[in-house]
Amino acid sequence: MGKRVRGWIQFAALLIQNANFRGFFTGKLYQGGGKTVCVPGLNCYSCPGALGACPVGAMQSFLSARPVKLPYYVMGLLLFFGALLGRAVCGFLCPFGFIQELLHKLPFPRRKVRAFRGDRPLRYLKYAVLLVMVIALPLALAGTPAFCKYLCPAGTLEGGLPLVLLNRAGLKLPVGLLFAWKLLVLLAVLALSAVIFRPFCKYLCPLGALYGLANRAALYRMRPQMHRCTGCGACARACPMQVDPARTPNSAECIRCGLCVEACPTHALRLGVRGEAPAPGPKPADAE
Amino acid sequence: MKKLLTPLLLLLAAALVCAGLALGQHAQVLAKAARVCLECIGVG
Repeated sequence: MGKRVRGWIQFAALLIQNANFRGFFTGKLYQGGGKTVCVPGLNCYSCPGALGACPVGAMQSFLSARPVKLPYYVMGLLLFFGALLGRAVCGFLCPFGFIQELLHKLPFPRRKVRAFRGDRPLRYLKYAVLLVMVIALPLALAGTPAFCKYLCPAGTLEGGLPLVLLNRAGLKLPVGLLFAWKLLVLLAVLALSAVIFRPFCKYLCPLGALYGLANRAALYRMRPQMHRCTGCGACARACPMQVDPARTPNSAECIRCGLCVEACPTHALRLGVRGEAPAPGPKPADAE
Repeated sequence: MKKLLTPLLLLLAAALVCAGLALGQHAQVLAKAARVCLECIGVG
């Protein structure tokens, strides 16, 4: 699948998940049955355009309720998306991931950062965000969806900014220190996105952490044919998430963008469904 | 065993979704998602 096709799928996913266009003018949220279902990616349900529910927000609302309710429904949906697609959800369906990718395409700054000291340890931060901000803090503090409240830049971009700017949500929105903090987080993530490929997905996203754990078991996966691999390293150089697909084809960091598949001169990498018979491709000698 | 992992996870997912539906959790998701979540947008 080409880069362009994936881009169009991402654009379609963004539009479909936020197709309540009237909401962007009226400031009124969609309240129909679509919001009984969680979308697979990070898309704030307080976005005036949102047609579905945010899985991270929904999970925290159960955990921060008193008495605590185990979010079977949300966990089931996340497990379903994860078992089918793994982090292909991030690569194809997540609106906030798409926004970061668009910013990374900006021609400035010219020098993009691929790797830096501290990149690897920082990747583990998203697991801490999942455990602490999405699970532990909502469990400990009633009525506090800590991730949404203190960190989520998607909520600020998709929900906070439009509602505050429209100021038509039927509320006098008290914009204060907290909003300033969240705006700062959002601006930092957006600015970093121009330099680093999907920084929020790499370092902070709790959904990326969950789907990353599912990557090894997911139905849609990388299917390397190692007998074709010449070890040239073209796949690792092409990977914007700094994965080496020849060594860890189903790494928790792989968002299934397919750039490595396109870069491989010997067609040793394929994305497909587990158990599917490998399609006959050109032999390494033919490909070169 | 590896081949069974994905179907087992999908079955578990279906069981969890069914349990959630039986407890009316989809309605609670709707109730939360249909109102402006002040915490989520950074003003609550």
